[in-house]
Amino acid sequence: MTTVLDKLRSGREAVGERWHHAPRWVRWVLLAALIVFFYALPNKEFYQYLGPIPTPGANFTQVLFTISIYVLLAVGLNIVVGFAGLLDLGYFGFFAVGAYTVAVLTSPSSDIKTLWPWLLVVPIAIGLTMVSGVMLGTPTLRLRGDYLALVTLGFAEMIRIAATSSTFLKGQRGFNQIPHPPGEYADGKPFFGVLDARPYYWLVLTLIILVVIGVRNLTHSRVGRAWISIREDEDAAQLMGVPTFKFKLWAFAAGAAIAGLAGALFAGKQNFVNSQNFELLNSIIILAAVIFGGSGNIVGAIVGGGLVAYMIERFRGIELFGIELYEYRFLFFGLVLVVMMIFRPQGLIPNRRRAAEFKDRRKEVIVGE
Amino acid sequence: MLLEIEDVSLLYGRIQALHGISLTVAEGEIVALIGANGAGKSTTMRAISGIRPIASGAIRFNGEDISKLRADLRVRRGLCQAPEGRGIFPGMTVLENLDMGAYTRRDRAGIAQDLDRVLTLFPRLAERRKQHGGTLSGGEQQMLAVGRALMSRPKLLLLDEPSMGLAPMLIQQIFTIITEINQQGTTILLVEQNAQQALARAHRAYVLETGRIVKAGTGAELLHDPAVKEAYLGVA
Ligand SMILES: Nc1ncnc2c1ncn2[C@@H]1O[C@H](COP(=O)(O)OP(=O)(O)O)[C@@H](O)[C@H]1O
Ligand SMILES: [Mg+2]
Repeated sequence: MTTVLDKLRSGREAVGERWHHAPRWVRWVLLAALIVFFYALPNKEFYQYLGPIPTPGANFTQVLFTISIYVLLAVGLNIVVGFAGLLDLGYFGFFAVGAYTVAVLTSPSSDIKTLWPWLLVVPIAIGLTMVSGVMLGTPTLRLRGDYLALVTLGFAEMIRIAATSSTFLKGQRGFNQIPHPPGEYADGKPFFGVLDARPYYWLVLTLIILVVIGVRNLTHSRVGRAWISIREDEDAAQLMGVPTFKFKLWAFAAGAAIAGLAGALFAGKQNFVNSQNFELLNSIIILAAVIFGGSGNIVGAIVGGGLVAYMIERFRGIELFGIELYEYRFLFFGLVLVVMMIFRPQGLIPNRRRAAEFKDRRKEVIVGE
Repeated sequence: MLLEIEDVSLLYGRIQALHGISLTVAEGEIVALIGANGAGKSTTMRAISGIRPIASGAIRFNGEDISKLRADLRVRRGLCQAPEGRGIFPGMTVLENLDMGAYTRRDRAGIAQDLDRVLTLFPRLAERRKQHGGTLSGGEQQMLAVGRALMSRPKLLLLDEPSMGLAPMLIQQIFTIITEINQQGTTILLVEQNAQQALARAHRAYVLETGRIVKAGTGAELLHDPAVKEAYLGVA
């Protein structure tokens, strides 16, 4: 058992080492190939050759869209949890704010009947989500400890309850005929239609790439150093002159903005938004995805978000001894997480810093050396 | 006076940890603050660096009242603390930790110069510059904490128990370096349980007991004070 694990571990580390030591151009070529692969993935002509990977019980292209939304969310939450070390248990609440902003401002079922086009509303949705993040963060981020976890949890529940019971937000009946993103083919057919999920997936994929580039640049700047110092030791960060409150608020607002964007994309694709889309479980799943992948590492968040969303969907339509496995998907999900936390608490692809944080010796008692 | 603390009280919830303490540090001095475990030494440091708000009294630095100033702005004024229990960043390398010390600074040339100085003061850190802070030994972490604070080029360096948990030989070494830093021009406020060493090195010192200053004097005076001897130096 241990030898297999060791082999796996050393194998994975060897891959990591090889990646870090490969010449620049090799890395770029591999990265380009990977990106091409993911752009090609939703085409049936391509994925039919991928054996067991496509989901049997659901339209694979639709599943890919869902996965891409989860990946975007994981990348956003990773800023909050992974970089700044803030425990946000209600991240999906921001996704809801984004989706509902789009719904209210574009749908004919909305009471205010503005009927604005989707593209115009996206920046508004992102802005509003960011504002709600700042409003939530300003009183709570000054405090240390578990307050933030509780307040964010309450926030997500509040949004869900408001969505369920307020007449303005339409509850279960929801908002329909939310417009799609703009753009059409040469023959006049809309690019973003009802049946074909591929364009939406490509759109989200493209946005993921842009967001990742942005986040990467941030983390390599003074902002990123400030976030990491706060995560590692908030008092020490303050003692070094880092305005901790300001940077925590920034992390929180940046994470919220990304969730708002994801919500707007979801609403634009789904055409329909109602209160059932925003269960608390979703917040937990995304948090689990970030930790699973390797909190604090962008690649880890992407892999975590992708794998977790895929795992859940993969169970659909599989029967074993007459049991529909999909019904038990969260049982498996939980099991995987538990096993993971026992054998690899720092996540699938931890960043090197985090690995070192796990080896922290500061609390050791030193008696002569 | 570089630092003046006047009648400062501090509360942790309903527990009062400081009962109106007053002390001063003049430019160029090493001032020691000694006292038993739980006397309020670290609390005093937190009040000065701004990690904890004070309930009443005033803290003046270079003539300016900084009692209400945010902690990070106090660093910009020239106050830097190496926290108790070392408080280095475990996931950052030695160099990255030192770089964090210079977080408030923009003068690249000056930073490079100070990095040289710190690595000369602590050759052990130079040998381990790429190693993660969390994997250093206790003594190395202590050196890193002091070196990191120096990287902000402070006017006043606050050291909270730099000798805590170290072997006797290393304690000696740390104190020698503290004296050296002071001779290079940095004023130091030093908190210690290791009263013998602290009093021997300090120009002046204060004794803190349950949140009150009960004695003050030059290092030599307190070193020979019978009451101090009995309570803190382990000799009757
Ligand atoms: N965060 C805190 N909350 C409540 N009480 C505290 C806290 N930190 C310290 N104290 C109390 O304040 C008193 C002084 O503590 P401290 O300044 O750490 O002492 P010293 O550094 O001299 O050992 C002690 O009685 C301690 O229990
Ligand atoms: Mg203390």
